[in-house]
Amino acid sequence: MNIAVLLRVVPDPVEELELSSGGTDLDRDFLGFVVNEFDEHALEEALLLKEEAGGSVTAFALGTADEVTQMLHTALAKGAASAIKLGDGLDPLDAHAQAELFAEAVKGGSFDAVLCGVQASDELDGQVAMLLAARLGLPHVSVVVGVRPADGGLRVTKEYWAGITAEFRVDLPVVLGVQAARQPPRYVAVAKIREAQQSGALQEIDVTAPMSASGLRVTAMRIPETAEGAEMITGDEIAAADRIAELIREAR
Amino acid sequence: MNVLVLTEHLQGSFTDATFEALAVGRRLGGPVEAVLAGPASMAGQLGGADTVLVVEDPALESFIPEAHARVFAALVAEREPEVVLVPYTSMGMDVASEVSMRCGLPLVSYCTDVRVDEGLSATCRLYAGKIEVDVDVPGGRGVFAMLSGSAAAADGRSGGAGEVVKVATPDLAGLRTRFERLVEPAGGDVDITAVEVLVVVGRGIESKDNIAQAEALAAALGGAVACSRPIVDQGWLPKTRQVGKSGLTVKPKVYLALGVSGAPEHLEGMRKASTIIAVNKDPKAPIFGVAHYGWVGDLFELIPELTVKVG
Repeated sequence: MNIAVLLRVVPDPVEELELSSGGTDLDRDFLGFVVNEFDEHALEEALLLKEEAGGSVTAFALGTADEVTQMLHTALAKGAASAIKLGDGLDPLDAHAQAELFAEAVKGGSFDAVLCGVQASDELDGQVAMLLAARLGLPHVSVVVGVRPADGGLRVTKEYWAGITAEFRVDLPVVLGVQAARQPPRYVAVAKIREAQQSGALQEIDVTAPMSASGLRVTAMRIPETAEGAEMITGDEIAAADRIAELIREAR
Repeated sequence: MNVLVLTEHLQGSFTDATFEALAVGRRLGGPVEAVLAGPASMAGQLGGADTVLVVEDPALESFIPEAHARVFAALVAEREPEVVLVPYTSMGMDVASEVSMRCGLPLVSYCTDVRVDEGLSATCRLYAGKIEVDVDVPGGRGVFAMLSGSAAAADGRSGGAGEVVKVATPDLAGLRTRFERLVEPAGGDVDITAVEVLVVVGRGIESKDNIAQAEALAAALGGAVACSRPIVDQGWLPKTRQVGKSGLTVKPKVYLALGVSGAPEHLEGMRKASTIIAVNKDPKAPIFGVAHYGWVGDLFELIPELTVKVG
């Protein structure tokens, strides 16, 4: 099975975010990026599928940041056969444009399945995976929590809510938006990543970023007022433990 | 200004997210049409719509991403509404992007509000709820994927004319997806929806080993440990402990959130808890927006102190 995986970096979710002076974007100068966690699961599921059904995994990523290169080397170290970096100058908040670039990239590859994280925290204008499916006219399933080969196609488990899941049988080629792989993403030794770095296996393709494709215009960004409702407890952990213990006693 | 709501249902009931979308539609003031792809017998539940367009077909009995997206896109193309509202859910994600692409309409995801003033605009929440974004939709028409909590579901259950109109099934030839079965969750673990005190861990717990500290605190409180989605995805706790949109909705007497940032997906499952106490090192964490009490600090310093005090 010939599998493509689309990987993206997103602002580190544990970091505090600052706005740019114009107030219509994040201050990206000192922003830390990490691999979109759903994409990490997509890669894991793709590797599991390859191990089960044979074939190979090709990882694609957009962008020129160091984190993107690092992410692709890691994918190679984990078992991807090839990794392709699509250089870009894209508006980071344009999922339609990202889907367009990814669609161009995977079109010629005769892939049986394209796996991508179901969502990313910066997808202002829709899910890249599903936009890509629509663009290529392929069947799709999002919020996928398991994939298995099934008589020439795939059996895909989709999660609804409250733990209810549905199983679908889909023909190939298909696009899957992965929520969680069957098992947590594997770790890979730093030595193997270094090996991948030195192997020269990472390919780069220059792509022309499409004009803004989302059809939206960001007019303002702000950090929501969050603490307005909460009564904030002051003091160190001992004072806090006292107060929280008291609150719990009163509440139950 | 016309509004079209794409409804979703499972096992004979519409989701709350559907009624919330209808409520957003009613709030906009224009006539609200709803599309029901499924059994006509369910149309009576959609009293919040002025018109219910029913597409009844054996192929639509169960949700099939490809089939439902195609039906909805065809109806949007035919009715040409200015505003298309889709719940931002597991089903909605398969629908919204395809409708946007097939109909050439812009899409706003993580949406919390839609406005029609001088033009069409919306507000959404990006970066796990940490940033609020206002967008203009210059073309005057768009698809809006609504986050849960954008309106009260009760406001979307009635108030419309509820006229039912059956429409022909759009072309569904050549579907490449077959629905096979629905799987209910396996039981056997602690039922976190029935526990009075929940100690809830998020990404801030940092490692699987650290969960033992939360377990000890929960034991001292006579409660149980629950968690947010990343913890389950990492395999640190079973799915049965997950609170949120893709997990369980809980209403305990005490909800102690430790290192839970409060992404919209999580808030959806816990905002109705009686007393919510949040501990996070980020003073801007969205969890403080729904918490009744908050402390900004290191949860690893707090847990041992608190465990001793309540033990």
